[in-house]
Amino acid sequence: MKYKSVFDIIGPIMIGPSSSHTAGAARIGRVARDLFGREPKWAKIHLYGSFAKTYKGHGTDVAIVGGLLDFETYDQRISKSLDIAKEKGIKVQFYEEDAHTDHPNTARILIGDDDGDLELVGISIGGGKAEVIEMNGFELRLSGKNPAILVMHNDRFGAIASVTQLLAKHEINIGHMEVSRKEVGKEALMVIEVDQTISEEQLKELEQFEHILQVARVVE
Amino acid sequence: MKILFRNVAELVELCESENISISEVMIRQEMQVREKSREDVYGQMEANLDVMEKAVEDGLKGVKSVSGLTGGDAVLIQEYMKNHTPLSGNIVMDAVSKAVATNEVNAAMGTICATPTAGSAGCVPGTLFSVKNQLNPSREQMVRYLFTSGAFGFVVANNASISGAAGGCQAEVGSAAGMAAAAIVEMAGGTPAQSAEAMAITLKNMLGLVCDPVAGLVEVPCVKRNAMGASNAVVAADMALAGVTSRIPCDEVIDAMFRIGQTMPVALKETAQGGLAATPTGRELEAKVYGINLKKE
Repeated sequence: MKYKSVFDIIGPIMIGPSSSHTAGAARIGRVARDLFGREPKWAKIHLYGSFAKTYKGHGTDVAIVGGLLDFETYDQRISKSLDIAKEKGIKVQFYEEDAHTDHPNTARILIGDDDGDLELVGISIGGGKAEVIEMNGFELRLSGKNPAILVMHNDRFGAIASVTQLLAKHEINIGHMEVSRKEVGKEALMVIEVDQTISEEQLKELEQFEHILQVARVVE
Repeated sequence: MKILFRNVAELVELCESENISISEVMIRQEMQVREKSREDVYGQMEANLDVMEKAVEDGLKGVKSVSGLTGGDAVLIQEYMKNHTPLSGNIVMDAVSKAVATNEVNAAMGTICATPTAGSAGCVPGTLFSVKNQLNPSREQMVRYLFTSGAFGFVVANNASISGAAGGCQAEVGSAAGMAAAAIVEMAGGTPAQSAEAMAITLKNMLGLVCDPVAGLVEVPCVKRNAMGASNAVVAADMALAGVTSRIPCDEVIDAMFRIGQTMPVALKETAQGGLAATPTGRELEAKVYGINLKKE
C-alpha cells in the first residue's frame, strides 16, 4: 500500500497553489535557514529545471524566501515574504539557470551574513516533500524514505559518539549514517537517517553538545 | 492486520458486518495504522476542517491569483444567487461557488487543505459547506464527512492514482468528486452501499478527463473543473439516495480509471503540452504570465 494514512489523502494543510513548487520549495528554504542557524543578511537563489521555468506563477520564489524567514509551509506570510525580507533589509537575488540537473525541481541556495555563509542544493520531490542533496560542497545521499538529520560538527574525538549516544537514549534507531570531512580537524558533517521522528527538543539537546555546530532535519 | 480494507467492496462489507459507518471504519484504521488515540486522529481531521472552512470564507470575499488568470468567480456566483433563483438549484450552485472559492484561494497562494491534492482541493469542502445548509450536521458529522471522503480517496490512491501527472485530471478532480459524493450520502443518512454507488456514478462520468493546465499553473481549467466536480458529486449523491445503482461496480470503475490514465498520452498529463494549454489562447496566456515572447509549438 503506497498510502497508509487518511491524512495522506485529506491533507496536508499548505499554502497553494502547488505541493511540489510551493510547499516543497518552502521546506528547502527552511532547511537552509535551520542549518545556517539564524536569519541571513543576504540570499542568492539559483533555480533550475521546472523551478526556473515556472517559479513566478507557482510562488516558488516567495516560498523559498518564506522558508529562509523560518515560515512553516502553511504560514500565510509566505505570499508576502519578498516584501517582508526587504523590510528586514535582507538582500535577495534570483538566478534562472539553464543548466540541466538530475531532478526537474532543483534550487541552489547561498545565504550568509558578516559572520559566515552556507551553500545548499535542495530538490522538491512531490507532495510537499523536499530533500537536500548537497551542503557546503558535501554531497549527501539520502533515501528520502526515512526521517533524516544533518549535524555539522567540528572534526573532534567524541563528537560522533555523543550524537549516537543521545539517539540511543531516546530509543531512536539509526538506519543509515555517513560522516564526511574535507580536512582532518576542520568542519565535518554527519548525515543520519533514523526510523523514528526526532523531536524539536531532541534536536535542541543535540545542539548543546561540545563540537556540534548546527543540527537540522532534512526529511520528515 | 492493521489495514482494514483494500478496496470499496471490502470497505462496504466491513460496514455491513459490523454495522458501522464508513467514517467509523476509516477512523479505526487510522488509529491502528498510526498507533494514535481516537482523540488525536479526530483532532487532526478537525484541524483540516477548520482550514477548509477558512479557505471557503476567504474565497467568498474575493481573491486574485499572482498570474491574474483566476479569482473573483466565487463572488460572482454568490451575487447571482442573491439576485436570481439558480436553474440548477441552490445547493448545487452553492457547492459550485464554494469549490471555486477554495481553488481560487489555492491559486492566490492562500492556505488550503490538499483533498486529495492542492489542485483538487475544492470538491470535498465545496459540497460539505453547501449541503450543510440543508442537512444541519453536527460538528462531529462534518469531521466524519472528511473521514468518509478519505476512505474512498484511500482506495483510489492505493489502487489507481490521485495525481494528474500520473493519471490525468480524472485521477485528481475525478477522485475528489467521487469522494465528495460518497460523503454526502453518509451525511444524508444513506447506507455504505449507497455511498459506493455515488462514488461509482461520479467517477464514471469524469473518466478520461485530461490534465492540461494553461501555463502549467494550477488555475485554468483547474478552478472550474473543481466546480463541475462538486456539482457532479451532489447530483450523483441524489441519484444514489434515490436508489439508482451503477451497473459497473465501484472497484471496477476505479480500475478502469487507472487503465485509462496509463494509456493517456503524456501531453495530456500535467505537462502543459496539450489540450487547453496548447490552444492559441492558452499559449498566449502562458507568454503573458512568464513575460516572454512565446512562439512555440
